[in-house]
Amino acid sequence: MAESRLTESLIQSLGDQLAPVRRLPPPWVRTALWLLVVLAMAGGLLMHYGAAHMVQRWTAEPDIAMAGLGAVITAVCAAWAAFALGVPGRPARWAWLPLPGLLLWVGASGLGCLRDWIAPAMPVANVHQAGDCLVFIITFSIPLSALLVWLLRRACPLRPVLTAVMIGLASAAASAALLEICHAFAVAATDLLMHALAVAIVVVVNAAMGGRLLQPALK
Amino acid sequence: MTATLTAPRMMGLDSVLPRLVRTDSTVSDAAVPTGDMQERQRAAWMAAAQDGDRRAYERVLAASVSLIRSVARRQGVALDLLDDVVQETLLTLHRVRHTYDPSRSYDAWLAALAARRAIDALRSQGRRGHREVHDERAFDLHPDADDATAAAEREQEARRLREAIASLPPGQREAVEQLGLKERSLAEASAETGRQTGALKVNLHRAMKALRARFHGEP
Repeated sequence: MAESRLTESLIQSLGDQLAPVRRLPPPWVRTALWLLVVLAMAGGLLMHYGAAHMVQRWTAEPDIAMAGLGAVITAVCAAWAAFALGVPGRPARWAWLPLPGLLLWVGASGLGCLRDWIAPAMPVANVHQAGDCLVFIITFSIPLSALLVWLLRRACPLRPVLTAVMIGLASAAASAALLEICHAFAVAATDLLMHALAVAIVVVVNAAMGGRLLQPALK
Repeated sequence: MTATLTAPRMMGLDSVLPRLVRTDSTVSDAAVPTGDMQERQRAAWMAAAQDGDRRAYERVLAASVSLIRSVARRQGVALDLLDDVVQETLLTLHRVRHTYDPSRSYDAWLAALAARRAIDALRSQGRRGHREVHDERAFDLHPDADDATAAAEREQEARRLREAIASLPPGQREAVEQLGLKERSLAEASAETGRQTGALKVNLHRAMKALRARFHGEP
């Protein structure tokens, strides 16, 4: 009974401390906010590199355009899933949302591996150029992940690792989509491997740090 | 872990269209079962609490206790730990009350928080169980042979406790000193420190949690 009185007393003291709060905006609003930043980055890259080369590549190799579209869909869906998982009571099946986009992205990118046979005249990436892709994706993923983590720290993700995986996937996919703007060569097996490695690094680092970064409210 | 944290009430993926999936808002109260009406009442209280309505807040917290207890029981929390889980969940609820979306289920939101706190309690209990060995018969058969040694141990424990209290954050240390060591009433402690009684009580609760964690090795 003493414990129950403590609960009553706690309720009273929490009442004493009550102050109006600003409600967390819905997940789609926060997703849109994050996408605005991605769009600003895309605008900066387009101003620097121009769109002509990107459109020319997409016309010559429609599978690359499909892969880019898949990356964009993955980024949007993974960010949305991360924000939804940040609200207590939302089901874990939100984590499946990025799957269709991911399948399109991976499937269409895989077609690039056949580039040598389909269009042998196209220039393909050497190991050095593919390494640049790795650096690009990781470099852009850091601020995009940091922004997602910052936006999610006001929320309360009860599944921090799953949420962090979504953050990693969203930022890596967005970075890969941004890379399409300035990608100077066709996708070959080495380049695809570097993309996969970059995405894996970003996702794993986010997952490893997820618990520490995402649960200030639960400490 | 994800399965155990899934809210008992399953909800649609599309959070931007809550009215399409939550058609119950269009049903008249007369046709709605009592349980649903009670949940709607709790949701309305919580929405009012987010706007700073203290009376609604205390009502919704009091109405949440039985739900938290039932969630904790379902997770397998022992009876003697239920009040701890209730209090921890109420404190968490207070910190993350801005994450509740009044257009969605209050019970699912609360149940997710309660399940998380129940799991935390089970984990810390498990860790304590590994470290401590209970053998009452051995305890009776081997009384303290050396009173001087026992006195030294008591002195050492008292010193450890003093050090632990000294290492608490200022607000928590003040609450322990005023309410625990000096045995002042809340009103006296409030007059002495200039803090609200509610803040003193919450600080005491947090201090007890921190001290328990320190002596039992919980995180």
